[in-house]
Amino acid sequence: MNGGHPEAAATFLRDAPRAAWHDDSLWFMRERRDRATALPEWESLRTAGAALKAHAMSRLGELLEQFERQATANGVTVHWARDAAEHNSVVLGILQGAGATRVAKSKSMLTEECGLNPFLEASGIEVVDTDLGERIVQLAHEPPSHIVIPAIHWKKEEIGELFHRTMGTAKGESSPDALAAAARHHLRDALLHANAAITGANAIVAETGGVVVCTNEGNADLGMHSAPVHIACVGIEKVIATRDDLGVLLRILARSATGQPVTAYTTHVTSPRPGAAMHVVLVDNGRTARLADAEMRSALHCIRCGACLNTCPVYRRSGGYSYGHVIQGPIGAILAPAVDLSAHRSLPFASTLCGSCGDVCPVRIDIPAQLLAWRSRSAAAGTLPSGYATIFALLGRVLSSQGNFARTGRWGRRALRWIPAAWLSGRWNPWTRSGRELPLAPTESFRESMRREGRLP
Amino acid sequence: MRVALAVPCYVDQLRPQAARATMVLLERLGCDVSLAFDAPCCGQPMFNAGVVSAARDAASTWAASSAAFDFIVMPSGSCTHHVRHHLPGIVGSDEGAHAARVTFELCEFIAGPLGTPQLAGRFPHRVAMHLGCHARRGLRLGGSSELHEPPGGPMHTLLAGLDGLTLVPLDRPDECCGFGGSFAVGEPDVSVAMGRDRLTDITAHGAEVMVSSDPSCLLHLEGIARRGAPALRTLHIAELLEEATR
Repeated sequence: MNGGHPEAAATFLRDAPRAAWHDDSLWFMRERRDRATALPEWESLRTAGAALKAHAMSRLGELLEQFERQATANGVTVHWARDAAEHNSVVLGILQGAGATRVAKSKSMLTEECGLNPFLEASGIEVVDTDLGERIVQLAHEPPSHIVIPAIHWKKEEIGELFHRTMGTAKGESSPDALAAAARHHLRDALLHANAAITGANAIVAETGGVVVCTNEGNADLGMHSAPVHIACVGIEKVIATRDDLGVLLRILARSATGQPVTAYTTHVTSPRPGAAMHVVLVDNGRTARLADAEMRSALHCIRCGACLNTCPVYRRSGGYSYGHVIQGPIGAILAPAVDLSAHRSLPFASTLCGSCGDVCPVRIDIPAQLLAWRSRSAAAGTLPSGYATIFALLGRVLSSQGNFARTGRWGRRALRWIPAAWLSGRWNPWTRSGRELPLAPTESFRESMRREGRLP
Repeated sequence: MRVALAVPCYVDQLRPQAARATMVLLERLGCDVSLAFDAPCCGQPMFNAGVVSAARDAASTWAASSAAFDFIVMPSGSCTHHVRHHLPGIVGSDEGAHAARVTFELCEFIAGPLGTPQLAGRFPHRVAMHLGCHARRGLRLGGSSELHEPPGGPMHTLLAGLDGLTLVPLDRPDECCGFGGSFAVGEPDVSVAMGRDRLTDITAHGAEVMVSSDPSCLLHLEGIARRGAPALRTLHIAELLEEATR
């Protein structure tokens, strides 16, 4: 259950210098993205990206079955999972069948969504996240706070301290090079001794039965190329029709995510190594229901680039944990309500509707429109933020005619002038309590002055 | 040209000088300004809060009032955006579609239907331009950095054309100020943090004046500036243009 975005954000902002640092770090990513996407064909690429995802979603069942046929023909075992629990038990079954007890896992938001790590650990399986950022949050027993940069909220000095405690690096060591080297040794060890590798997938290709994994650290490759078993855990919306589609998808992904033309490693896996096994677990977990919802369907187009997080002025100033959901930021704010509207009721309102997320989205998801749509669904479901239904119903009545409005406005301005500021700006008043003065109330409204001057009857 | 002045609810009550400046400016530019448009609100506050049913009466009143006019000018990008993009769907009648067609944001109207993209005037100050997000990304009245567009747009052109005016470059030219309607009170901490950052960007570049075409952004930013940046003069674009063209 989400305790509410406003409260979590207020807590995050209490450490103002840290909040400013977080904002700057993400703005840096946004600027890198701006430079990397300054291509003459960028807007055409976005259009093509939106079209290829829309096309894949319109033929989802067909493409998934085609993928299954191709992958099976390539020697891959394909599994289907209706929900998180089924996904977890399929993965556990594969591991137990192979006698695997040590898993090297590369980054996968789907396994976070399904809670795979704690589930496997409870069954006596050791899981090491091999993406550096994910390893940091794993060692700290935290979830990722950003879908692409899981430890964006950690400062290098804090990582030094964490590594000192958990890996035995020198006390006070915080140089990024030294810490990365220590992590590399630590992770190589886990990778070499793993007897199974779990990865996510950035795309699966129906035409070829191939799985595409993008990383900058090569950790997914080290895992799947050394362990005897590779399991790729994939949300069904990741399927695309043809390999040619990757020509668009891979270009928009890395440029939007990290401002790189392409990720350092882009691996196409189509079949297991001789003597090794490869499995793909296709997971629904609510995606089919989302597909049936025409108004919100395009949220399934998301390629998890994180550009909307980096650009969002609210995410940058409230941090990933304030969203209380596995996917954070604007895209999380439209995905989470589909999972549980009541639990995530504050998220559609965690936005100024500034529109920046819609303009950066490489597959043109109209996130602001869906935020608004979730707000009106909240009204219908009775899950609006506390007080909204009453206050806005009343405001609607006041604003429906000039007479009502003029009277209320006159009394409101008198209240602003006559009631002591100390009371008006008390703790109860959200307008003033975080450092903002109430407006100065004019003695006359515009219409009153026009009447006085004879321009209005 | 006969135009109706539509004064947004909070402008009527809390920033009457922006409404008056709009009226005076339009008359100076040769318009026959009617004040007969008498709907108080387009319904945006209720609509954006999700309470669409509560927005219906206000939006219907607004749409009905629009029927008598061929041009309606609003000194607000945000309200214009709501009228153009959401009001027809809320009202669901021909009147709604008519309202959407004939309603213009002030700078958009001056540069478009009125055909005067630049005005002769003088404003010898360092000015930071804050274009509201609904004007920028909703009505496309200014460049979006996400789309790699140059600043541009009617407000930018009007300001840049005034004698003596220096447009102050900002580190984040199109960052949101954090008002966001109900967001300002539903998420007060983030809202004020965003406003402070916006003002810091503006004052750090030595702006004497901050100008916006959205009085709601001004309401919020002024409230914060009165605590942190009291020397900054905050003006609505109508107020600035009216002063510059006297």
